[in-house]
Amino acid sequence: MIQTARVSATATTPTLKLRGLTKSFGSVQALRGADFEVRDGEVMALVGDNGAGKSTLIKCVAGIYSIDDGEVLFEGRPVSIHGPKEAARLGIEVVYQDLALCDNLDVVQNMYLGREDHDALFRLREAPMELRTIETLKSLAVTTIRSVRQPVATLSGGQRQSVAVARAVLWNSRVVFLDEPTAALGVAQTRQVLDLVKRLAEEGLAVVLVSHNLIDVFEVADRITVLRLGQSVGVYERDRTNEQEIVQAITAGTPAKEASA
Amino acid sequence: MNSAAPAEITAAATDQQSLAEIARARWEAFKGGEVGSLPVIVGIIAITIFFTAKTNIFFTAVNFSNLIGQMAGVTVIAVGIVFVLLIGEIDLSVGYVSGIASVVVAEFQVAGSSHDYPGLVAIGLALLVGAAIGAVQGSIIAFLGVPSFVVTLAGLLICQGMIINLLGTQGVIGIQDHQINDVANYVLTKNTGWIVAAVFTLLLAAASFGTYVSRRRAGLPTGNLMLTVLRVVFYAGLAWAAVAVCNHYRGVPLVGLIVLFVVVLFGYLASRTTFGRHVYAVGGSAEAARRAGINVKLIRILCFVISGSCAALGGIIFASRLNSVDLTFGGGTILLDAISAAVIGGVSLFGGRGRVSGALFGGLIIGMISNGTDLVGSADWIKYVTTGTILLAAVTLDTIARRRQGAAGR
Repeated sequence: MIQTARVSATATTPTLKLRGLTKSFGSVQALRGADFEVRDGEVMALVGDNGAGKSTLIKCVAGIYSIDDGEVLFEGRPVSIHGPKEAARLGIEVVYQDLALCDNLDVVQNMYLGREDHDALFRLREAPMELRTIETLKSLAVTTIRSVRQPVATLSGGQRQSVAVARAVLWNSRVVFLDEPTAALGVAQTRQVLDLVKRLAEEGLAVVLVSHNLIDVFEVADRITVLRLGQSVGVYERDRTNEQEIVQAITAGTPAKEASA
Repeated sequence: MNSAAPAEITAAATDQQSLAEIARARWEAFKGGEVGSLPVIVGIIAITIFFTAKTNIFFTAVNFSNLIGQMAGVTVIAVGIVFVLLIGEIDLSVGYVSGIASVVVAEFQVAGSSHDYPGLVAIGLALLVGAAIGAVQGSIIAFLGVPSFVVTLAGLLICQGMIINLLGTQGVIGIQDHQINDVANYVLTKNTGWIVAAVFTLLLAAASFGTYVSRRRAGLPTGNLMLTVLRVVFYAGLAWAAVAVCNHYRGVPLVGLIVLFVVVLFGYLASRTTFGRHVYAVGGSAEAARRAGINVKLIRILCFVISGSCAALGGIIFASRLNSVDLTFGGGTILLDAISAAVIGGVSLFGGRGRVSGALFGGLIIGMISNGTDLVGSADWIKYVTTGTILLAAVTLDTIARRRQGAAGR
């Protein structure tokens, strides 16, 4: 099923394409002309060593950093993203490594953070928000959360990650970035989250998985983009590469095998 | 523990629970650090018993009316402090901002001067000045990132200086304007008092049962209906009792109604609007709020505007109460009393936790101690030591609660 989705996807324009992205902080160049693309229905892994520019790339796309130079194409047309709200409007959602949840708020409040359902007088409409939260969690088969009205502080790491992912898909999103979603999780909870990642792609979303864990990457990714020192080394198809080749690309930066098709 | 219970997702576990089960769940939550309003209720009862035993003036209708007047200013200021604490900041300037507002409201009614305005206009101007001071301080904190502790400490000194400057030549301004003096001294007729209690009951019932009905219609768990009824009966009962006691003497003081209005208005703002939700979000995690697209800077500034405005209203009440303004205004224990009231009322100093109504209950405790020690004729040092001890206890409780909650999660 994933297979068919990918084959049909490769024929279309990428949902999100980045060309020659540069970004520096003072004298530090975090991105030096990075290229990247992801299509509907595929899981694209984004890998690279510490300082390769993965987080910077995400934050540029999410509208948290402004880019110095380069092009962002959404469904083939150039866009510029100023701020998280504009990214959200395009359907780009990011699940951050440190989750970006408010511990003092409950699950519903976190799911709708910054985009609360309200009437003309800015009064909150709690019932619809709660209903859709429950529906969304159910559709993603997240069943371990007992009450959506409990504070996020009381949830386990896997549950928190599930809430963060569910929040990203609540908004008819097109592209979902997951930044190290399994980094802090145990075996069973990692399993849960990886299943969640696959389910997102099956539902037709373009999913970007940023991870250090190549076992995870090879399990769920369809393609793998390697980033090194702020530049893209290459894009590899999961079925035509192996861990050794990817490690080589991450550490030494071998030339691109198939320059972004 | 959480992952061991793979139950079906429900909105609130309290759906079909009996009152006994709810009580047991609350007790568990209490042990887990969710102390809720219990310490405050126990405190109020304990203080009442203590002073009633010490003097027979304390538990009287006359003293209750006096108490409302004495606690009003600090309570209103504490409501503003709640918003600043909720975003994890502090406002040390509220004492002298209230002093500035006192001077402004007095200055703009001086008979025969070039700026002899009607009382309500003077009150409006004083509120604007308070809001403006809050906006300036909030902007410095939000845009430049200067710690609020330092910005508002500087604000405290600047405002104190301005008061001395404004009052410099004569040192005191009398207030003749009736509208201003009515703020703290007007007493509602007995029938109006009853109407206020009735309106309060209606609003409370509408809000509580409105929530119940809308959840029921949406097919969401509603919680125990009895509990909702009991809550409405309890708070409505308090309101009717308060009116009955006041009417036993002269009637409900207007200033009591003002305090109630401020608490209900800002309580609604905090718990039922997007703005309030964003305030809690910024206090919980400013970075998470920013990434969710919330305008964190604007929220910060607005909280300081609320704090400044509430401080100004407090200052107007102080000025009205004494029918004059002098150099002592804004000083003394106003600042510390207001912060103590908010913290004793359960608002966390670490941001993100607490309710606006806490200011009312904290203000009541602070007011009762001050009132009681005065009646008993204790020396001032006893008042300070008692208030300080209770504040310390409240902050310790908050810290322990926070640590317990951290341990309970994850």
